[in-house]
Amino acid sequence: MALDPETRSQFLATIRRFVDERLRPLEAKVAEDDAVPDDVLAEMKALGLYGVSIPEAYGGLGLSMEEECLTAFELGRCSPAFRSAFGTNVGIGSQGLVMFGTDEQKARYLPGIASGEIVTSFALTEPEAGSDSGAVRTQAIWDGSAYVLKGGKRYITNANKAHLFTVMARTNPDVKGGGGVSAFLVPRDSKGLSIGKPEKKMGQQGAHICDVNFDDVRVGPEQRLGNEGEGFKVAMQVLDRGRLHIAAVCCGVAERLIEECVRYAGERKQFGQAIASFQMIQAQMADSRTEAYAARCMILDAAKRRDAGENVTMLASCAKLFASEMVGRVADRAVQIFGGAGYVADYGIERFYRDVRIFRIYEGTSEIQRLVIAREMMKGAQA
Amino acid sequence: MKVLVPVKRVLDYNLKVKVKADQTGVDLTNLKMSMNPFCEIAVEEAIRHKEGQPNVAGSHYKAGTVTEIVAVSIGPDQAQETIRTALAMGADRGILVKVDHEVEPLAVAKILKAVVDAEQPQVVILGKQAIDDDSNQTGQMLAALLGWPQGTFASKVEFAGSKVNVTREVDGGLQTVALDLPAIITTDLRLNEPRYASLPNIMKAKKKPIDVKTPGDFGVNVAPRLKVVKVTEPPKRQGGVKVKTVQELVDKLKNEAGVL
Repeated sequence: MALDPETRSQFLATIRRFVDERLRPLEAKVAEDDAVPDDVLAEMKALGLYGVSIPEAYGGLGLSMEEECLTAFELGRCSPAFRSAFGTNVGIGSQGLVMFGTDEQKARYLPGIASGEIVTSFALTEPEAGSDSGAVRTQAIWDGSAYVLKGGKRYITNANKAHLFTVMARTNPDVKGGGGVSAFLVPRDSKGLSIGKPEKKMGQQGAHICDVNFDDVRVGPEQRLGNEGEGFKVAMQVLDRGRLHIAAVCCGVAERLIEECVRYAGERKQFGQAIASFQMIQAQMADSRTEAYAARCMILDAAKRRDAGENVTMLASCAKLFASEMVGRVADRAVQIFGGAGYVADYGIERFYRDVRIFRIYEGTSEIQRLVIAREMMKGAQA
Repeated sequence: MKVLVPVKRVLDYNLKVKVKADQTGVDLTNLKMSMNPFCEIAVEEAIRHKEGQPNVAGSHYKAGTVTEIVAVSIGPDQAQETIRTALAMGADRGILVKVDHEVEPLAVAKILKAVVDAEQPQVVILGKQAIDDDSNQTGQMLAALLGWPQGTFASKVEFAGSKVNVTREVDGGLQTVALDLPAIITTDLRLNEPRYASLPNIMKAKKKPIDVKTPGDFGVNVAPRLKVVKVTEPPKRQGGVKVKTVQELVDKLKNEAGVL
């Protein structure tokens, strides 16, 4: 649903204020404790952040893609770990259900996902299947009364908090590649499902990824998402939608870093003047600003087109590729502008520098985005 | 009981103000406007007495004490946004009294009196002052016009039957006064911490009704009675000086600063 301008601006102003007043002051603490405090999670639930992409009929906000991106710009203005807490509910953890779920599946899970009562997670990556998502080895073999899941998933975001997993597993071992894979909704409390310890990561402390293991987990046919063999399609469409959201988060983080650079460069004095008066600093700031603006324009253009019904597979990949690489450069320049202070943890700049590195890897690496873009270009040429 | 909460649209509290070059006032062009923070506290207080605090053991906020919250704002069309914020937080309906120029506290109090006469609330909860003009007069004037008791600078509000106990922040401590209802309460900073309007409620607020009135509807003359002579920025802070000894410090405090 498209919000009227007044509601939209009030909505975005509320998120901005929440980010500024509640989340930003906690960034260092969240990184140190490797946890987002429970009261903050409760506030995020109360604000409705877990349900921004869930249809209104199921208790969510049903935002358009453009509105979701505008929301992500604001949320990007603080440590990405905060967004990660509800990021799976907004994106990969819920959208398979929204796009392919039966009415009964939607009615059972979506209201809880929208309120944040149910945290979701998306289990595709395996030790030997990541970018090559068709290589999934986890099996789901029909034994006459249920699918029996066996195998392991790796680096699964929010696995340790999730109540419900969207799992990609091979239902037909005879079909290699994506065609043999189906998607399943698997509750955390299923017998035989276990979660590994959270991995120690380079950045985004407070957000967690873990192994998820399936040891003969029995899943009824009513838990299958889409038809048998449609798993790859589910995964691709879910990831397709998530790319614009991630791109928008990258853009938000970049804008935050630029804001920090402007403030610091205006205050920090060397050779008797603020470093902002030096052209080499100015050039770095100008490049960051230009690139962040370009990313914002790309994202909003692709989002509006998607809302208008266009296929934006290529544009979303362009936006994700550019925005995630852009924020890496912006973070690198921020460290440079801050100098020694950029390398010291107290200023938080080095934390962002580490945090943003994952954006070039998850939900499709930069390399995969380029493949998608080129593939879509060639489709156009052949048509 | 029904509660009336007046809310004022003011310059956002995060912004730094600039005085107009001709010194007639503050330049508001293209600046973000928000609900006055003390008014937010007033809205929050009314909502807490309506919803209670089920998750807080022993809370003095009891659900159902307040049954209806009416937010009223006096200002231009855009003041509807401020009312919407109150509605998104949890107020039930709004009244905009449309005026395109600044309205002085006495005129505001007269309009509010007329709204009270029409709405018949048991309590009016107002911010103690607005952060733009810092008048701190409206609540008191309204109490006088209505002949109602008032509890100003409230840091705690407890309803007890036909009375309300208001704890006030006064010099040197806290004073609790018991007021007979109906009454006027003005809020101080520490009364509560206002909530963020939830995103679903912001969307729902759009469907809550706002009546639009004019001062003429209430027969109130809002023509200014005061004349602003001059608005200036506060003097720039001067750099400090270092003193070498306690003796020198005492000497300066006595003879230069004149504070001892």
